[in-house]
Amino acid sequence: MMPTVIQIPSPVDPSAEGATPDRASEPAVSMAKAIQLRGFSAWYSAHQVLSAVDLDIAANRVCALIGPSGCGKSTLLRWMNRMNDTILGARASGSLHLHGLQVLSPDLDVVDLRRRVGMVFQKPNPFPKSIFDNVAFGPRLHRQYGRTDLEELVEQSLRSSALWTEVKDRLHRSALGLSGGQQQRLCIARAIAVDPEVLLMDEPCSALDPRSTASIEELIRELRETYTIVIVTHNMQQASRVSDTTAFFDEGRLIETGETDEVFTAPRERRTEDYVSGRFG
Amino acid sequence: MTAIAARAAAELAQRGRVRGVAFRRFYERLLHFGLLGLTLLSVLTTVAIIVVLVKESGGFFFMEGSEVTFVSFFTGTVWSPLLGAKPQYGVLPLVGGTVLVTSIAGLFALPIGLLTAVFLSEYASPRTRMLLKAILEVLAGIPTVVYGFFALTFITPYLLQPLSDRFGTYNAMGAGIAVGIMILPIVCSLSEDALRGVPQSLRDGAYALGSTKFDVTARVVVPAGLSGIVAAFLLALTRAIGETMIVALAAGGLAQLTANPAEQVQTMTAYMVQIFLGDAPANGIEYRSSYAVAMTLFAITFVMTWTGALVLKRYREEYE
Repeated sequence: MMPTVIQIPSPVDPSAEGATPDRASEPAVSMAKAIQLRGFSAWYSAHQVLSAVDLDIAANRVCALIGPSGCGKSTLLRWMNRMNDTILGARASGSLHLHGLQVLSPDLDVVDLRRRVGMVFQKPNPFPKSIFDNVAFGPRLHRQYGRTDLEELVEQSLRSSALWTEVKDRLHRSALGLSGGQQQRLCIARAIAVDPEVLLMDEPCSALDPRSTASIEELIRELRETYTIVIVTHNMQQASRVSDTTAFFDEGRLIETGETDEVFTAPRERRTEDYVSGRFG
Repeated sequence: MTAIAARAAAELAQRGRVRGVAFRRFYERLLHFGLLGLTLLSVLTTVAIIVVLVKESGGFFFMEGSEVTFVSFFTGTVWSPLLGAKPQYGVLPLVGGTVLVTSIAGLFALPIGLLTAVFLSEYASPRTRMLLKAILEVLAGIPTVVYGFFALTFITPYLLQPLSDRFGTYNAMGAGIAVGIMILPIVCSLSEDALRGVPQSLRDGAYALGSTKFDVTARVVVPAGLSGIVAAFLLALTRAIGETMIVALAAGGLAQLTANPAEQVQTMTAYMVQIFLGDAPANGIEYRSSYAVAMTLFAITFVMTWTGALVLKRYREEYE
């Protein structure tokens, strides 16, 4: 695969210094910090969508990325597992460390990265296969397990995504027969079946009804024990309900980040306050 | 003054509107029945063809002095209507010839067509795709007589005969490959439509689990597009079965039951060409035999189309 990632230290941006490969002065990535961004910028062709973002995301916590449409939060999420590789003209600079991996490095094994970083999409996208085959897709891909193990693993993943009792009698029926909320939990089961370290969620509830949303939110709170979760959401209540930390983006810049309680109740920045209180966006 | 003018104008407009509504209604009805009539035209044509086929092939089986029965026709292994003291009408050699040529065409075109479609849909850059599709369209526009010519003057002498001297000038292999080339664009463009119809979200889902491009294609995109691919295959095979000009030119004229692709064979369609080009007097038993053959061919393609539709329906139900 052609590497689509090009490291471009931006000459105009002073904070892009972090992008220069000065490894000695870089702080060691501690295990508590699952994801660390320094001077991270991203473009689609000539259009810059993120400018010099510095952000730390702690392990085993839920981090919500919020901000108005077009602020770059989804782009950031899609760089964390290099899903932007499939988009023509997408590039980024700066550094993005994830559990010790240099995500932007052209030498990075993308397959390995994506096995370690699961992703749940805006609209549930189960494969047109049976429920079992959906969950078993990843493990089969990476040949992680034998046949009996596989059945156990599928059960475990479905239990972790709180779907097991609903589907245990119809594992070999099509996944497309499930409701939207069940499909989304199936996609979560599919993602955690490969035992990732990080789960990325791109507005996972935006296509769901309130009841399904509630069950997914509950699930997110449970999953945080095992995984580091980064969730993009447009729903302020959702961000405050499920996340431990919040990062607020506007016009491609990280405006404010901190504990969710603080960001919502005592924001330091005026723009954050306006946004979380619903005055714009 | 202005009030009067306004009232007059309103009155005129009102009258105009009433006439407009009546006219529109009439126009709509006219359009409706006109379109219905045109639709019925194609339905009537189909019915007329079936009636003629049934009537004429009935004439073949129940003709005075005819010794042909349904059993001897459908199970007979000798087809010699024009030669010999006693003509024999066993349709199996013709069916066998059609099956042999169609099988060769299918074995050639289905894998190549599907893999080309996979390349175009999943691997090629937009520019390459546009270029290759334009070339495929040219291929689709070539008259089939040219393919027949191509089989006779290129495929057989330059590709097949160097491999083995058992290939005659007319043989099933050359004709089969030419038919395969002819149906290649159908397989390819319909399969490509099926693959491109697979939502991008499914590809994203597979990539996000750590799939390589090959994994995404082989494990998600092709299985998800399978119903469309099967439909493409069936349509292409139906075209291959009905293909006439290529086999009339390149497959030979000897009706024999053989599985050897180096031999010459006669297909059902090629036999009909032979009869209607004047080898047999009208209304004789040979002449009518071609209607019986046509009926058989029609029955085969009908059953194939029907089975295909059934298979597709069942497959869809399973996944929705």
